[in-house]
Amino acid sequence: MTVVFDRPKSLRDVRTHYCPGCLHGVAHRLVAEVIDELGIREIGIGVSPVGCSVLAYNYINTDWQQAAHGRAPAVATGIKRVHPDKFVYTYQGDGDLASIGTAEIVHAAMRNEKISVIFINNGIYGMTGGQMAPTTQIGQKTTTSPFGRSAEHIGYPIRMTEMLAQLEGDNYLARGTLHNAAGIARAKRYIKKAFQYQLDNRGFSMVELISNCPTNWGMHPKESIEYIKEHQLKYYQLGEFKGGEEASK
Amino acid sequence: MTHEFIMAGFGGQGVMLMGQLMSYAGMFDGKHVSWMPSYGPEMRGGTANCSVVVSDQPVASPVVTEPTCAVVMNAPSLDKFAPTVVPGGCLLINSSLVTADPGRDDVKVFKVPANEIANELGNSRVANMVMLGAVAKATGAVPMERVEEALAKKMPARHKHLLDTNLEALRRGAACVE
Amino acid sequence: MGETILMKGNEAVAEAAIRGGCRFFFGYPITPQSEVPEYMSRRLHEVGGVFLQAESEVAAINMVYGASGAGARVMTSSSSPGISLKMEGISYIAAAELPCVIVNMVRGGPGLGTIQPAQSDYFQATKGGGHGDYHLIVFAPQSVQEMVDMTIEAFDVADKYRNPVMILADGLIGQMMEPVVFPDGEDRPNTEKPWATVGMGDRAERNIVTSMDLNAEAMEEINWRIQEKYDKITKEMLRYETLDTEDADLILVAYGSSARIALNAMSKARENGYKVGLVRPQTVWPFPYEVIKDLANQAKAFLTVEMSMGQLIEDVKLAAGETPVYHFGRCGGVIHSPAEVYEKIEEILNGGGAAK
Repeated sequence: MTVVFDRPKSLRDVRTHYCPGCLHGVAHRLVAEVIDELGIREIGIGVSPVGCSVLAYNYINTDWQQAAHGRAPAVATGIKRVHPDKFVYTYQGDGDLASIGTAEIVHAAMRNEKISVIFINNGIYGMTGGQMAPTTQIGQKTTTSPFGRSAEHIGYPIRMTEMLAQLEGDNYLARGTLHNAAGIARAKRYIKKAFQYQLDNRGFSMVELISNCPTNWGMHPKESIEYIKEHQLKYYQLGEFKGGEEASK
Repeated sequence: MTHEFIMAGFGGQGVMLMGQLMSYAGMFDGKHVSWMPSYGPEMRGGTANCSVVVSDQPVASPVVTEPTCAVVMNAPSLDKFAPTVVPGGCLLINSSLVTADPGRDDVKVFKVPANEIANELGNSRVANMVMLGAVAKATGAVPMERVEEALAKKMPARHKHLLDTNLEALRRGAACVE
Repeated sequence: MGETILMKGNEAVAEAAIRGGCRFFFGYPITPQSEVPEYMSRRLHEVGGVFLQAESEVAAINMVYGASGAGARVMTSSSSPGISLKMEGISYIAAAELPCVIVNMVRGGPGLGTIQPAQSDYFQATKGGGHGDYHLIVFAPQSVQEMVDMTIEAFDVADKYRNPVMILADGLIGQMMEPVVFPDGEDRPNTEKPWATVGMGDRAERNIVTSMDLNAEAMEEINWRIQEKYDKITKEMLRYETLDTEDADLILVAYGSSARIALNAMSKARENGYKVGLVRPQTVWPFPYEVIKDLANQAKAFLTVEMSMGQLIEDVKLAAGETPVYHFGRCGGVIHSPAEVYEKIEEILNGGGAAK
């Protein structure tokens, strides 16, 4: 019998705590598949953030450290400097990376720290109950922007990948999406390139993944996919911004 | 016996080094010593001072507020530290730059024309070493050969060619207080 | 032992860390401790370690978290406002039971305060500072030599208890030069850390460094277990020194640089016939409560001498019972003079002054 679909070895066989329709599960799977394919589970050390993916260590089968809110890139820096030959990656949300942890991510990228970052952008704080994030769309209603995000009041959503792409150095920066099969396949290629970047000892790598939060967006999962297409993808351009073939075109 | 020094002057006059060499000399002589800079957001060329303690006993406080000997290399330091010297203590004044009367008749006052002597030696920057020679001699806190030893050991290799001038400065300073 | 050298406190603590086996340092400049990262940037390069100037104190302490969790001997240093910034990370490090050494060269506060010496971070160092129930092991050196000895030992102590250790000094000890002797021989070796995250290799179970358990009962269990460790530390790590307390009517209590100044004042008081003694905590957590409790039966009063408005005094009062406790302190960066401490001693022994 030919096995055509199986659980990656690096994904632990447990039920996740994520809500129905949440795309964290897809992102976890992609990370686990790439870890399997590159054969780096034994040298992998993950760093999880504060947010919904705080418990990522329950799912992805490598050594882990759990970091304070926003500090994952600093924690990963500490680990990587001690073990330059190991594979060190963080998994962070947008509140963690694009708000409280902006200094840490910018400076890790500036140092061209040889770590890989998976950045889940779903435009909201999930764990704490649907508050506005720096990535929230203009007009999007959240529990702390009940009238919709206003640019006049709090500015425009931040594009982290483009911002980091301004930094010098041999780093890899890409943005993918998890909302459809083609996007997922492309996102996996980005993740693989990002991880390979670190394994080749080249430099900092980050893949931003456009994701959803049906629960806190107040939508059916299917509607949330439509919302990604209608809003997220119009604001957040997909592609490789630095280090890949797409970027050098 | 505990010698407690305050050494003060403009930044750049080498008072910190003077204090460190006194501490080294004391250490080489088997004494207990400490050196403590006054530190602050001071600009280059501002005033600087350090506390030095040389003692037969372990040094309790490294912060000298009532010196047995104050060394003043410029006029502002005279105003600030001359009144703090304990009665019977001594006050060494760089008379090249300080002309005011110290206003103390209960302490031994030594006037050392440190800059003039340094200029005679052909290097105005050794004024601090002239003064250090005078301080060692006037207080007897450390034997002169220990000061010379400290100077020789602690002078950076790139300045070794200046050693003789510095040693001469120490001797000329000591001669001022004989 | 090696030769005696004259060394500035900030450089000595850095060299001591190297001798203690520290190979990783993450820090950020702040007066009056900037010579520590400066020295480390040179020395760690020589010994094949890593020095990294972080973007902030917050990042620095989290790099310490990562490096310690990865099994390294690691240190950071700062001064008061920077230590406040590190408090988040320190709480996480204590909770995740990671060993590391943190140096605080205390300066006058609160706020941006001054850059001159103070001891006004005592509460922060000994009572928590960050959130949650946790303790640092806090060494309080009074000299450059003692700081060297304590720092070398601190790395072993941190590893032994899997707990952060703080060297609580101040701008005075950091800036002063004193003769020091470093021990001969190799730098202290790192200890086995089977719990460290180094990649699973062929290990069946994963190593996870975390300070979290979302289940309240489980988190309470973790707290109980850590508390048991603190009880053990309290018994095993207490350090103090007493001087001339046997016949003393008045017992001074002081730590760190204040203890030196208190000792000056005490010597003068003894010369003048006053029976004065000194208790000097060398660890301020754990604190020598029992020592003070015993002496309270004999002494007429205690006087805490500290560069703060009165923090150490609260621990002394916890132990002193009915015996009155006086306080003399300067703060904001002002160092008390031995003369004014002596005056306070005289005042108390002549029936003046008010106990707090």
